[in-house]
Amino acid sequence: MTLPRTLLDKLWAAHEIVQREDGTSLLWVDRHLVHEGSHHAFAKLATRDTPVAEPSLTFGVADHYAPTRNRLHIEDATIARMINTLLANTQHHGIECMGLDDPRQGIVHVIGPEQGLTLPGLLINCGDSHTSTHGAFGALAFGIGATEVAHVLATQTIWQSKPNAMRIRIDGTLPTGVTAKDMALHWIALLGNSGAQGHAIEYCGSAIDALSMEARMTLCNMSIEGGARFGMIAPDDTTVNYIEGRPYAPTGDDWALAKQDWQQLVTDAGARFDREVSIDANSLAPTLTWGISPDQAIAVDALIPNPAELDEAKAHSIRSALEYMGLEAGQAIEGTPIDQVFLGSCTNARIEDIRSAACVLRGKRSKVPGLVSPGSTAIKAQAEQEGLDKVFIDAGLEWASSGCSSCVGMNGDTVAAGKRCASTTNRNFRGRQGRGSRTHLMSPMMVAAAALHGKIVDVRSLASSETPS
Amino acid sequence: MKGWTTFTGQAVCLDVNDIDTDQLIPARFMSQPRVEGYADFLLHDMRRNADGTPKPDFILTQHPDATVLLAGKNFGSGSSREAAVYALLDSGIQVVIAESFGDIFASNAINNGVLPAVVNPENWHALRRAVSKSSIDCKVDLDTATLCMGQHTVAFTIDEAWRLKLINGKDDTDLTRDYQSNIDQFRKIRYQQYPWARPAAQN
Ligand code: SF4
Repeated sequence: MTLPRTLLDKLWAAHEIVQREDGTSLLWVDRHLVHEGSHHAFAKLATRDTPVAEPSLTFGVADHYAPTRNRLHIEDATIARMINTLLANTQHHGIECMGLDDPRQGIVHVIGPEQGLTLPGLLINCGDSHTSTHGAFGALAFGIGATEVAHVLATQTIWQSKPNAMRIRIDGTLPTGVTAKDMALHWIALLGNSGAQGHAIEYCGSAIDALSMEARMTLCNMSIEGGARFGMIAPDDTTVNYIEGRPYAPTGDDWALAKQDWQQLVTDAGARFDREVSIDANSLAPTLTWGISPDQAIAVDALIPNPAELDEAKAHSIRSALEYMGLEAGQAIEGTPIDQVFLGSCTNARIEDIRSAACVLRGKRSKVPGLVSPGSTAIKAQAEQEGLDKVFIDAGLEWASSGCSSCVGMNGDTVAAGKRCASTTNRNFRGRQGRGSRTHLMSPMMVAAAALHGKIVDVRSLASSETPS
Repeated sequence: MKGWTTFTGQAVCLDVNDIDTDQLIPARFMSQPRVEGYADFLLHDMRRNADGTPKPDFILTQHPDATVLLAGKNFGSGSSREAAVYALLDSGIQVVIAESFGDIFASNAINNGVLPAVVNPENWHALRRAVSKSSIDCKVDLDTATLCMGQHTVAFTIDEAWRLKLINGKDDTDLTRDYQSNIDQFRKIRYQQYPWARPAAQN
């Protein structure tokens, strides 16, 4: 009898080429995604004159530096150079690349799934920590650094020690106005920003089963903010239905075989996890960050922590976060005035996110300026077909092209020092959206609600006509 | 990357938790090619005023020759940017000591010969007291996995494969070549067994 195995065990075993005596495994990489930031890795290959082992398994996309306006006439020389370097490197090595004028262009973790490159059972690497997003399909997906990117390019393999297995079970039903983003911020606040370090998370439970594919991606995307390099969900009918018919997805006999193989990608009953956590979906509220780390998050109707009530070690970091954020200890977070909003990033800029924000904003005006950057060019086109661009434009927000944009500000879409931004992104680190910027992470609906009122509000308190079901 | 077994340098303490890689090197500097050096970008916004002048009371302004950093827990969390390690290395910092590290940062550090030394809270505080507000001689030994500051010799933990990698200083890509026949064999079987695992052909 074989021992019951976790999804992690199965995925790991399926990719392990050899295991060294020291316990490190050499793993086969099925898909490798590169972007402008991969220039260090290509430079490493160039110095050794090494070819790319499997160009047909690598895909490039311009996203981190992608201008969101006037993108075909890039004025900034640095940005133009970054994008041209990616195009030149991928072309030189025979790698397919989705440049700014490609209708498939978008944020790397959005276009992988959208194009059917992301499939259950695959091992997926990208030089970006939010590669955990692809784990939503039951893939072994993790972010890597530049040296590792160069290694994958040169060998199509990666050395890795197997992480510990952790399971987060979320049962119940999400209340109205509560989303996968709130699930993510909730568990990260609960366990801390390094709570899952060294672990691969498998999310399961009835609340996870009920999530759409896009919502599952939001949840897995944020795994790294709790310290986990991997986040995954076993594939089911929702997964299969999402993938079917996508450009790079299997077809014909391969499709039939794939569906059969994917049924095995579940944790066996009785399999052991190193750590288990349970959360009740019914008890969740819209959640947002008040501080400078994603675990500094609270329910919208809660109070900002008061360092006076805490031990000195914790109090110190809370005080410095409050100072940076310009907030008062012990006050309600609700009602905090904001200066602008941003709806975008690989966390929350898919079509369902855009629809949910549009639903809140429809027919109304935003009290503050803001930027909406869809997760991909295809999502932008879809939203325009549904007339959602008009909703945002009529509300007074800017409807822009797709890229990482204000998530990281590399393309110049930054938040000015001291300005407070309600944002659908994934990191509220000091200076993440620009030096001195103040970021509050929250769901797209909560960002839309904040735009309407010019301050942080509870999306559940809006009139029912404003609240998407 | 050159291997090393012992290292001697000056340690300073940056007593801040959760120094993420966005702080280690803000995103706006990451378009620079490495040849130009990343030293100026290290902890840029924590270390410098808005006009670029160094903050006089910042520890690395006072001790620019520091090569060992005793830092708060969860060092290097966040973005996978290896440039964070380049910024440390180009500033001469070879060792970072903390209670915990971001997973991707730690592996990037190893790939560049930088030691992420994990110490327990008790030892961390002992070292903290030893460094005080100044700098102190520090000796690191990878053979015994110990480090010594002033009167204190403490053990640090590190993954065994990583410890050997720092000592050998060998590039993974060269090591992997030894397994080329295993890779070829694996690839063949994978596509026989799972033909769907290739990206479907585009017309
Ligand atoms: S949107 Fe943000 S988190 Fe996502 S890939 Fe781009 S920079 Fe990284």
